[in-house]
Amino acid sequence: MSEAKNDGTIAITVEFSGGLEMLFSNERKLSLTIPGKDENGAKTNIAFLVRHLCNTVMKDPRKELFVLDDTVRPGILVLINDADWELEGEDKYEIEEGDNILFVSTLHGG
Amino acid sequence: MAPSLCAQCKTNRALILRPKDHTKLCRACFLTTFETEIHHTITATSLFTRGERIAIGASGGKDSTVLASVLKTLNERYDYGLDLILLSIDEGIKGYRDDSLETVKRNAEQYGMDLCILGYDELYGWTMDQVVDQVGKKGNCTYCGVFRRQALDRGAARLGVKHVVTGHNADDVAETVLMNLLRGDLPRLSRTTSIVTSTPSLTAGPASNTNIKRSKPLKYAYEKEIVLYAHHKNLDYFSTECIYSPEAFRGSARALIKNLERVRPSAILDVVRSGEDMAKLVPGSDEGCGGVCSSSVPAGEEEEGGCGSANGRSAGGEMASMEQQLSQNETAAENGLEVEITPSTSSKIKKTAAPLPLTVGKSRKVPKAGHASRREPKKQVMGQCKKCGYLSSQEICKACVLLEGLNKNRPKNHIEVGYEQEKEIDGVAEAVKELDIGAG
Repeated sequence: MSEAKNDGTIAITVEFSGGLEMLFSNERKLSLTIPGKDENGAKTNIAFLVRHLCNTVMKDPRKELFVLDDTVRPGILVLINDADWELEGEDKYEIEEGDNILFVSTLHGG
Repeated sequence: MAPSLCAQCKTNRALILRPKDHTKLCRACFLTTFETEIHHTITATSLFTRGERIAIGASGGKDSTVLASVLKTLNERYDYGLDLILLSIDEGIKGYRDDSLETVKRNAEQYGMDLCILGYDELYGWTMDQVVDQVGKKGNCTYCGVFRRQALDRGAARLGVKHVVTGHNADDVAETVLMNLLRGDLPRLSRTTSIVTSTPSLTAGPASNTNIKRSKPLKYAYEKEIVLYAHHKNLDYFSTECIYSPEAFRGSARALIKNLERVRPSAILDVVRSGEDMAKLVPGSDEGCGGVCSSSVPAGEEEEGGCGSANGRSAGGEMASMEQQLSQNETAAENGLEVEITPSTSSKIKKTAAPLPLTVGKSRKVPKAGHASRREPKKQVMGQCKKCGYLSSQEICKACVLLEGLNKNRPKNHIEVGYEQEKEIDGVAEAVKELDIGAG
């Protein structure tokens, strides 16, 4: 599970719900291949993934609705393999092959 | 990080970190704990009586969906003996409400509950799309808020139901407490923090729509846990943003609450409890008289919010309505007028430069008689609207005043939008027809 592929990338699933999908072209589920190492050669973590999503995946210009002060906006829950990211080290959690990362907004209404 | 075990069963892997006390729970224990806490709220406040018919204000959003699911579960588990019905309000906003109403229809099937959908067009002769065509996007939230306030009561009356529950959660209440503090409006605290608000009626006839009890069983439930409950229970809910108020959920009090939660998660419940304690200290508050002697209509106003909050509740709705009031207050202050803008003072602000939808028509319509006695905001004398019979401190209730303005096609301050009206209305009428078919 934890080994990166030969080309150094890892395949993960990223999901958006609770209205957050509106910021990602109404895509609720993405299969992504991301670099196994970040800009500094450290193992890819959630902080890197969030930057990656902002820079390469998100088309909506309203980045501040997803990220605030370099981290996920308060009010957006992050579940790593269904577990609250607070149990997993928040944005320092090092992503592994096959991980499922879910971003759920609590900010939108019905 | 090594996975931690559930603090309760000590067997399964913990997936949830509870904001109120940092307890780590597994999925099953979390679901049970969440339900049990709502049960305790219900029993501790004697919220329901056996055999009671309850209408659940359902928007298809997370809060009302979770409320419906939990009430169904508890009603069966603890044998409350309740007759639960879903009640949805269709504001008539194409592309916003129609999708969420589909969700409510699915919920009705999933939970085996009857569903009643009541449209603004049916109640008032106007959909929100038509209202926006007439008054423009600025200020349309006022109409929506005023209409919705009465809509749930009217829907309940139609169903013969005396008690409506809404999905307001702890975050909503905390937000409202903060907004009232920021506005210096302590008297309103007791009405917004109280779990039950009721609208007393002078003439409580059988078909009266003015003595409906309102309550919020999720008052102590964190928004975060509501979303997690929906996620882990795979509930079918719909998230959306009102197309006429896309900025609403960025409200400042809401952002403040969420920031506080990140730093200290217990802050939300602490603010709720502080609000309750402060409410008890406010002289002349509703606490002293069971919450029924003063201005219950404004209470409903406050919690049901303006845009986006539908009958369940949703992000920013309350904020939006409060921000609206704040900005109205500021406008009034700039003009050297009274800061508290209630309908009773509206005749004073008719010269205000800013487009205040509330004053449209009203400034002309409110009769002068009895004006002086209505100037005290706290001690409103509740009577009935002479037009529709709805509870009102004015001779004509807010909804009727707004409607009269609309019907006379005289949006004083918003004339510039008039030219687009006709072609749009056709499309809207068709859309509404489609909705009606589904509404049954």
